[in-house]
Amino acid sequence: MTLTNIAVTPKTDATIFSPALAARFDKLVTLYPLRRSALIPMLLYAQDEIGHLSDAAIAEIAQRIQITVLDVRNVLTYYSMLRTRPVGKFNVQVCTNISCMLRGGQELFEHCEKRLGIGHKQTTPDGLFSLEEVECIGACSWAPAVQVNYDFHDNLTPESMDALLEQYRNNAGQAGQ
Amino acid sequence: MPTLVSHPEEVKIVSSRFGQGAAEIDRYIELGGYQSVRQAIEKGPEWIIAEMKASNLRGRGGAGFPTGMKWSFVPKQSEKPKYILVNGDESEPGTCKDHLIFLHDPHSVIEGCIIAGLAVGAKMGFIYLRGEYRYLLTIMEKAIADAYAIGFLGKGIFGSSFAFDIISQTGAGAYEVGEESALMESLEGKRGIPRIRPPFPAVVGLYGGPTVINNAETIASVPHVLRIGGEAYAKIGSERNGGTRLFCISGHAERNGVYELPMGYNLKKMIYEVAGGIRGGRKLKAVVPGGSSTPVLLPEEIDIGMDFDQVGKAGSMLGSGGVVVLDETVCMVEFALRTIKFYQHESCGWCIPCREGTDWLKKTLTRFHAGAGEARDIDNIRYLAENMMGRTFCPLGDAAAMPTIAFVKKFRQEFEDHLGGRPCPYAKHSINELVVA
Repeated sequence: MTLTNIAVTPKTDATIFSPALAARFDKLVTLYPLRRSALIPMLLYAQDEIGHLSDAAIAEIAQRIQITVLDVRNVLTYYSMLRTRPVGKFNVQVCTNISCMLRGGQELFEHCEKRLGIGHKQTTPDGLFSLEEVECIGACSWAPAVQVNYDFHDNLTPESMDALLEQYRNNAGQAGQ
Repeated sequence: MPTLVSHPEEVKIVSSRFGQGAAEIDRYIELGGYQSVRQAIEKGPEWIIAEMKASNLRGRGGAGFPTGMKWSFVPKQSEKPKYILVNGDESEPGTCKDHLIFLHDPHSVIEGCIIAGLAVGAKMGFIYLRGEYRYLLTIMEKAIADAYAIGFLGKGIFGSSFAFDIISQTGAGAYEVGEESALMESLEGKRGIPRIRPPFPAVVGLYGGPTVINNAETIASVPHVLRIGGEAYAKIGSERNGGTRLFCISGHAERNGVYELPMGYNLKKMIYEVAGGIRGGRKLKAVVPGGSSTPVLLPEEIDIGMDFDQVGKAGSMLGSGGVVVLDETVCMVEFALRTIKFYQHESCGWCIPCREGTDWLKKTLTRFHAGAGEARDIDNIRYLAENMMGRTFCPLGDAAAMPTIAFVKKFRQEFEDHLGGRPCPYAKHSINELVVA
């Protein structure tokens, strides 16, 4: 265990985040009655910007909240949406829980596996798509449902799923030009 | 965007502003919003609590505890600040009602939260949404900013001396955090592990202060209770079960959707009339009446009123309002396995009976469904589940055990049909036929 894991690092002005996010974090830590309450939102917003929670991101968040890196890691490993490794540009999360299962969620997940050529928590070689089988996402009456990053897609069939993936692929292509 | 449904049998109260553009504050006010909080400021805490008690509004998260009584447990004098906590960590499989509230009527949650603050003397509220609802947080944050801008939040609300602040945030993916004490841990920046009770949140809650924690639908109902009047609100529902609730119908019904019906509404009628019966004219096999943790009901058991007491009498629970409809094509062993797989994934690991129990149930059911089950497994599954009941800090252990016990008890024949190395006798492709159609 390195010292940075178990000791609180003194505050500095250096940041790995964008100026806008750094400013948001400055405000966030003062918002709650307890500084530490900002931890989970900060982890989420950092992940949104960087794509995952890198060692540097974790270290800076620990320092901003004035807790140890170990403390931060202890918390982030609990939450299923937080990740310490990169995922694809589009993280395809297919719900297979009961309501979705009854409407073909499992088959939809297997369809995505075939279509993308990857399995649960894997990423396509071009880094475009990741696939994840997820638990209930709160869209039960509109099942089967999928979340791509934070966007919900309801009432899907294998055919409409293909169209959706194609749409994301095209969006990425356009954004890159 | 989720499709909205409508049926003449509905009594739209909480959902009255759905699809009306009420996420915009001007429209919310135009539709009668923020009138109840004005009234609450005028009439004071005792009046609010009396109205809430008279309304028979019971917690919509699933436990069904009377809201007015919960509020009255908060001590009047407290050295530590008091807090209002809105639980929008909607995660019970089968439940998607708060999703619509945050999407279509975020101000009703803000207004309810302010009223709760007035009632118990809290100056700060938190609206906690599940992590997956990021787009709804954006809507909620805008609604909160608009309420501040117009002077409905912050200091001197409506020219009174009352001040109230609201912070909203999301979680980051954890079913367990929907449990009240785990949610407080999460809000304090920790792992979502439940706390032992007593002390209850009303006495020692968030940051050690007295805390009212209510489900988002409960809080969104509060302005309506004051507008309609406690007694009149109570009359809309059934005995000791005031008002309406949002029922999320999913699975094999013809017209799935979120319907608002009076408490005590007949379940059979809900499925066959409101939701249009079973898709493709198939036969009903079972109904999970209130989210995945509630014991399954057989077709002959669904002629009951959907309120906390009547569903309880039928051996299940009203739960979170997630009505999951299963037709004849479903393999109940597979369904039981998928249910337990969820609880195994979500067990926080704090209490051994839940951590180990869900894991062994998943292992046994996986083997069983694959055709490698033994006759003694059937009783073992039930025995395992029964030994989890009441032996954990929080209700997750019970939530995993209760449906499992019911599956074995009510569908024993289906378990026996899986014995002897046979493949699953309930052809899976038949589920797909419906979906692709």
